[in-house]
Amino acid sequence: MTTLPPALSDWFAAKGWTQHPHQLDMLVRSGDPATLLIAPTGGGKTLAGFLPTLAELGPNPSPGLHTLYVSPLKALTADIRRNLRTPIEGAGLQIRVEDRTGDTSHTQRRRQRADPPHILLTTPESLALLLSYEDAPRIFAGLQRVIVDEIHALAESKRGDQLTLQLARLQSLNPNLRRIGLSATVENPPALARFLAPESTILQADPGPDPDISMLETEAPPPWSGGGGRYAIPAILNEITRHRTTLIFHNTRAQAELFFHDLWLQNSESLPIGIHHGSLSREQRDRVEQAMTAGALRAVVCTGSLDLGIDWGDVDLVIQVGAPKNVKRLVQRIGRANHRYNAPSKALLVPANRFEVVECHAALDAVRAHTLDGEPRGPGPRDVLCQHILATACAGPFEADALHAEVTTAGPYSLLTKAEFEACLDFVATGGYALKAYDRWQRLKLTNGRWHLRDPRAAALIRQNLGTILDIDTLKVRLRNHGTPLGEVEEDFAATLTPGDTFLIGGQIVRYEGLRELTVEVSRAPGRDPKVAVFSGTKFATSTLLTDRILEIFQQDRWPDLPAHTASWLARQREVSRLPDPHSLLLESFPHDGREHLVVYGFSGRNAQQTLGLLLTKQMESQGLAPLGFVATDYATLIWGLDPVTDPAPIFDPGTLRAGLESWLSGNAVMKRTFRASAIIAGLIERSNQGRRKTGRQATFSSDILYDTLRKYDPDHLLLQITREEAMRGLIDFSRIETLLARVGSRIDLKRLPRVTPLAAPLFFEPGRIPVQGEGRDRLASEAARTLMEAAGLA
Amino acid sequence: MPKPVGACARGETNACAKHSIFSPPLAASPPPGHTSAMHHALFFHGETLHLLPSGALSWPARRLLAVSDLHFGKSERLARRGGSLLPPYETLATLEKLDRDLEATSADTVICLGDSFDDLAAADGIDETSRLWLARLIAGRDWTWITGNHDPGPIEIGGSHRAQLHLAPFTFRHIAEPAERAEISGHYHPKARLAGRSRPCFLADAARMILPAYGAYTGGLHSGHAALTALMALDALAILTGSRALAIPMPR
Repeated sequence: MTTLPPALSDWFAAKGWTQHPHQLDMLVRSGDPATLLIAPTGGGKTLAGFLPTLAELGPNPSPGLHTLYVSPLKALTADIRRNLRTPIEGAGLQIRVEDRTGDTSHTQRRRQRADPPHILLTTPESLALLLSYEDAPRIFAGLQRVIVDEIHALAESKRGDQLTLQLARLQSLNPNLRRIGLSATVENPPALARFLAPESTILQADPGPDPDISMLETEAPPPWSGGGGRYAIPAILNEITRHRTTLIFHNTRAQAELFFHDLWLQNSESLPIGIHHGSLSREQRDRVEQAMTAGALRAVVCTGSLDLGIDWGDVDLVIQVGAPKNVKRLVQRIGRANHRYNAPSKALLVPANRFEVVECHAALDAVRAHTLDGEPRGPGPRDVLCQHILATACAGPFEADALHAEVTTAGPYSLLTKAEFEACLDFVATGGYALKAYDRWQRLKLTNGRWHLRDPRAAALIRQNLGTILDIDTLKVRLRNHGTPLGEVEEDFAATLTPGDTFLIGGQIVRYEGLRELTVEVSRAPGRDPKVAVFSGTKFATSTLLTDRILEIFQQDRWPDLPAHTASWLARQREVSRLPDPHSLLLESFPHDGREHLVVYGFSGRNAQQTLGLLLTKQMESQGLAPLGFVATDYATLIWGLDPVTDPAPIFDPGTLRAGLESWLSGNAVMKRTFRASAIIAGLIERSNQGRRKTGRQATFSSDILYDTLRKYDPDHLLLQITREEAMRGLIDFSRIETLLARVGSRIDLKRLPRVTPLAAPLFFEPGRIPVQGEGRDRLASEAARTLMEAAGLA
Repeated sequence: MPKPVGACARGETNACAKHSIFSPPLAASPPPGHTSAMHHALFFHGETLHLLPSGALSWPARRLLAVSDLHFGKSERLARRGGSLLPPYETLATLEKLDRDLEATSADTVICLGDSFDDLAAADGIDETSRLWLARLIAGRDWTWITGNHDPGPIEIGGSHRAQLHLAPFTFRHIAEPAERAEISGHYHPKARLAGRSRPCFLADAARMILPAYGAYTGGLHSGHAALTALMALDALAILTGSRALAIPMPR
């Protein structure tokens, strides 16, 4: 065990600060190669991670990088730097702590490379850049420790996959490197420990008291369908007045905007309330964050942009509006209330509709039972590996076998075969095309058994494209004649606006005036009903854990824990039809309003239910059942058409569904979007940055063209394989359909009923109905062209 | 006096072209009716021109096809300069499209309006399959390469080379000249947005027509860009390419 420098112990003692048991444990284990510390928010987790470093460095350390700290948020690195400097400066230790992110100045970065601090705080993207320099071995020469903060959040994305490859690289440079992972919310500690390092131990701190969590009681019952929870605004305002500071979480930015707008209309006491989400301008978010830190706000309406981040000690209530979709995210959000150790966090759930009452109830049970969800992520994505190979080549020549061996020490890539690695290397070096066109112009060349960049000048361009975070193309929104930035909207959304359209941003209703030099110009339009409020943003699918729990709740004889309105709704469904169960697939078929309807209670999450809708309507089309459209939720797909389905077996045949998927995928927009993301990460196309976009002409062309070209001339290309894998587990989520079909086998239960059932009724109010039609897009465009020509008097 | 520019009724349909003996190995047979009813017919300085959804311009009376900015060898040039290794199929894709348009229109005169090759080295670097395919397309046709800004010099691949070409009543050149009339040019890669999607487009007013880029990997310049709004009259049309040619007032 290492001990703290006496000056530091004395300083802690003078402050009256005693160490938590898990902080002492970290000192005891300081020699272990890898430790995953799981401790609740407010438990001094980050300091626990740094104590071994402070002990080893001592009062007068010799120069050189000793500890690297990696966090998913830039804001967190700046916050940690401040927090760490207090004891270091207080105890008079000569330890240099600096952060290095995208915001760090060019001079500062150059200096850090020449003379690294003892402790460097950074993000995976900045680390990727550092490791790609020729002098990386020198910079990291003396590195002893790596601390990965909020490791559970990183482990869910490609940023984490990239980080594990970087850790493997660092370990090769410094075989004695020790790793520490820090996390508060972990569903599967052994899996996360393997993600941190091939062999790591788990240290579980006292989890503290259970959160005080319940459903918000409202006078009005929730509506049958829809989202946003606006029916609960009076009760929510009442809770805000009874607490110091409340965070009100929403699942989407659009819902946050609509809710905030209505909240203001009913805020008769003029309580100071702000809004915070990722589409607002940096200035606006900074203002809210500062007001929050200063304790000037009573509530903030927010989205996932506040899931992680700096401590705001004053928050004493968290309200989650809408079903949480995912228990882990809920627990994380609850943790935002009360950052004091050993004090329970307080949270209220507000279901947005009747179905969500059941889901919120299932989520409450899961939190109380300490079960967390999390789908295993599967093997490490190969587009990230391609980027890593490219970045490694920027740092200097490498041997293929050695790099393959190194890569397989990274958890997500431990099962990567030699052949898979070679395919990625071939893609990076030659493009990996069936037509070997680039013999002369390979990116990487093999000389004396080592791979290196053909043209060393290419390194600069490669470095610009490192990282796995992809910015969606957005346009700034400004007030006309004022220039005040309000935020950003996605380019696709901006393209749908015509002058006069109104939308909500930053809680204001604005009128679209026009597009000027890549900026959306708007004017204020108070009092008008916003016609449009769309940010496509993230749409979460409900986790398997939650849908399973909902199916369990359905199996109860009675529902004494549920509100009466919901319990009687379920009872009525049992009377006229039956409730879905985990062992079979319930289908309901009934006529309504002159159309035949089929409801598929797959409980597979929104994305999979949507894919199911597309595939089933395709089957029905070929069977001559004339489907007209469908709509999908997290729980069910409703299909309407001209003829009833009488025999479900042929349309649910897994083989036929899979074949249908293949042909449908070919021209699908989801696939093109997924391809674009993987093509950027793997280094096939460059990020479009704002500066270059302005020059306009011939600079960029659509990645859709590359996708179509590859599909036509090189259908087995590595990037198409990667795209398929990604889409299968992401937006198309066919894996959950496979799971469903495997689980129910032949137990497909079709109930023919005379009319709409209670469980099906809310589906009729769902937005996002998708028409089934052939050349719909062309027809719309012709229509639009004709209207424009007529308006111009040219028809 | 009738306006020289205006949409007229959709023209006669071409008989489905027979499969050429020059058909290259990779060419798919043209989809039925590919260019026939899907083009936009335009009456321009006394002549009927067909603006094809592929981005080619057909002058049926002269059995002439004009295309612009083919940018053959673009992916090779990017690779040579140490950039991305794009799928090396754009030359094949462009040739396939050109082959289909030539068959469908039975053109025996072809004008390429410049920037046909991404640069001189790209013309040398073109692979054997593409070179033979191009030679087969040129054989038996009156083929003119107009000089562009990307490919200023002559190319050892057949056809004749000119800075510009006059075929009454039209002048064909690479970059539009503001004072010119009855001019057909390329260079700008114009595109315009309709129903939320941006597509390459023709621009046409009383004085001139600008063709979209025909090459597979070519970006575009929005019709609202100052360079284009300065050049085109207020009543100009944009004719969008895609699965069918669609005319709209030129977005500014």
